[in-house]
Amino acid sequence: MAASPTSSESGNAFLLLLLAKRVASGLLTLFLVSLVVFIISGLLPGDAAQEMLGQSATPEAVAALRQQMGLDQPAALRFLRWLAGLLGGDPGFSMVANMPVADIIASRLPNSLILAALSTLVAVPLALTIGITSAMRQGGRLDRALNTTTLAMVALPEFLIATIAVLFFAVELRWLPSIALVPAQGSFLDLLRALAMPILSLSIIVVAQMARMTRAAIIAQLGLPYVEMARLKGVSPARLVLVHVLPNAIAPIVNAMALSLSYLLGGAVIVETIFNYPGLASLMVNAVTSRDMPLLQACAMIFCCAYLSLVLIADTVAILANPRLRNR
Amino acid sequence: MSVTVDEIKAGKAVSPGWVAQLPLSGKLGLGLVIFWIATAIAGPWLAPYDPGAFTHQDVFASFGAAHWLGSDYLGRDVLSRVLSGARYSVGLAAAAAIAASCTGTGLALIAALAPRWLDELLSRFIDTLISIPSKIFALVLVAAVGSSLLLLFLIAAFIYIPGAYRIARSQAVNLAQMDYVQVARTRGEKAAYIAIREILPNMLHPMLADFGLRFVFIVLMLSGLSFLGLGVQPPDADLGSLVRENISGLGEAAPAILVPALAIATLTVGVNLLIDALPRRHGSKEG
Repeated sequence: MAASPTSSESGNAFLLLLLAKRVASGLLTLFLVSLVVFIISGLLPGDAAQEMLGQSATPEAVAALRQQMGLDQPAALRFLRWLAGLLGGDPGFSMVANMPVADIIASRLPNSLILAALSTLVAVPLALTIGITSAMRQGGRLDRALNTTTLAMVALPEFLIATIAVLFFAVELRWLPSIALVPAQGSFLDLLRALAMPILSLSIIVVAQMARMTRAAIIAQLGLPYVEMARLKGVSPARLVLVHVLPNAIAPIVNAMALSLSYLLGGAVIVETIFNYPGLASLMVNAVTSRDMPLLQACAMIFCCAYLSLVLIADTVAILANPRLRNR
Repeated sequence: MSVTVDEIKAGKAVSPGWVAQLPLSGKLGLGLVIFWIATAIAGPWLAPYDPGAFTHQDVFASFGAAHWLGSDYLGRDVLSRVLSGARYSVGLAAAAAIAASCTGTGLALIAALAPRWLDELLSRFIDTLISIPSKIFALVLVAAVGSSLLLLFLIAAFIYIPGAYRIARSQAVNLAQMDYVQVARTRGEKAAYIAIREILPNMLHPMLADFGLRFVFIVLMLSGLSFLGLGVQPPDADLGSLVRENISGLGEAAPAILVPALAIATLTVGVNLLIDALPRRHGSKEG
């Protein structure tokens, strides 16, 4: 902290370089991911034009449609055109829905973002509390109970959690609706009520993993000499964990949060379907069923992009939280 | 250590001393794992009814004497359908997990001993695949190639190779620096000998724990796909398909929907409890 201005300046430059490298590497990965998605979704034998027109179509009609869809061009050119479209906000045209993919996604994306944001707001504080409590009572009865519970919860299928939530809150108690219809007009409270069950299911799915990783991150710190030092000088256990340990464990904890939140993306696929929630994940499932490739590719890229952003955020926090890198 | 390895592989041949050392949760896990392996093997013969036959006059019947676990949405026997469905859930996932772990380990051994450029190329490729969330990847693959049993096996194996590779590579690269490997090199042993006789035996234990986790991920992914109607297709039905087809019984809390969902949960939780309880030398829990 007491570094001279020059060394902190060079430290900042070093930091920026490090961050720039991470961002560049993330972008390269994203490019390669888009290549993989493009190649895989083109694996289907035959082509989209033939499939759309059916077996009875004349070769001329197929050829005309291929030309219209740009399928007669070489794959590399189609890839570049698709990629440029993605970057420019035009991921193509959905032949199944007969409207631009961008419009379909624009109607669904806000719903998914709301759900993810609210689930995060519930899950993160809960996971931190469980993880920290557990770590502070390491080896105790509470810790062992929490440990076994979260271990079991990590392995539960999402649809079991969602079905039990429906049974309990909608069928038995009749507190909440079992289908998450977002009210067009209505207060924030109506929205919360409609979304309570999906949020609950998603939170349960991610909390266990997050809490386990938080606990592991804190316990890894508890064995270090500085913790013993603090203990010896008589710091209270709560202060020890919150003031001394937590800042040092922030990088692995944020990493754990990012990884678990990326699990929200996958979990949403099941949860949105069960609750009939009009989000991006259920849209993607529909795209698979109707073989709507442009829509599927665009959804996949959004999810991959979200995942890579989370990883990048975790990396950035890890770099910024490390004073050795900050003041080099 | 070798006892543990063989036991997990066979899922049986339990030596009392090893089991006695397990904590309670581990014993519970072991019991569940053995139960499900036995069910997957013997299930279809134990089924009291033909899983496809309409044997109950009511749909979504509850627990009863003639039909222990009630009936499903068409009046079929739930117990028989679960016993037959377990084979798909356990068998398909086990096959895919074995394929993923073996391929991942093999690639990792190649990467650890190959020239630098090949290692970097391979690792870059794997890093790309690992950056696609597994469920999203599964949806893209199913849309692209379809979902017959063979394709589901290939899809599941392919999606989980990168994770296995990553764990195996970190192990193999460390082991390749060990003195005894250097000695074998100086002795003039071939790369294949070094990989199989010197490095592989020391990776087995962590890779088996990783295999267990991969199995759990694959069970969850395949049953999730089946739940969405994109996995195992009728007339075949795995446990996830059973949950899907009986979803309309949710309002009546029918056993037909709860039992298959709980069946999957006991299988995956059991494996998780068992792995967690195993003595760990240098295992990593990150998937």
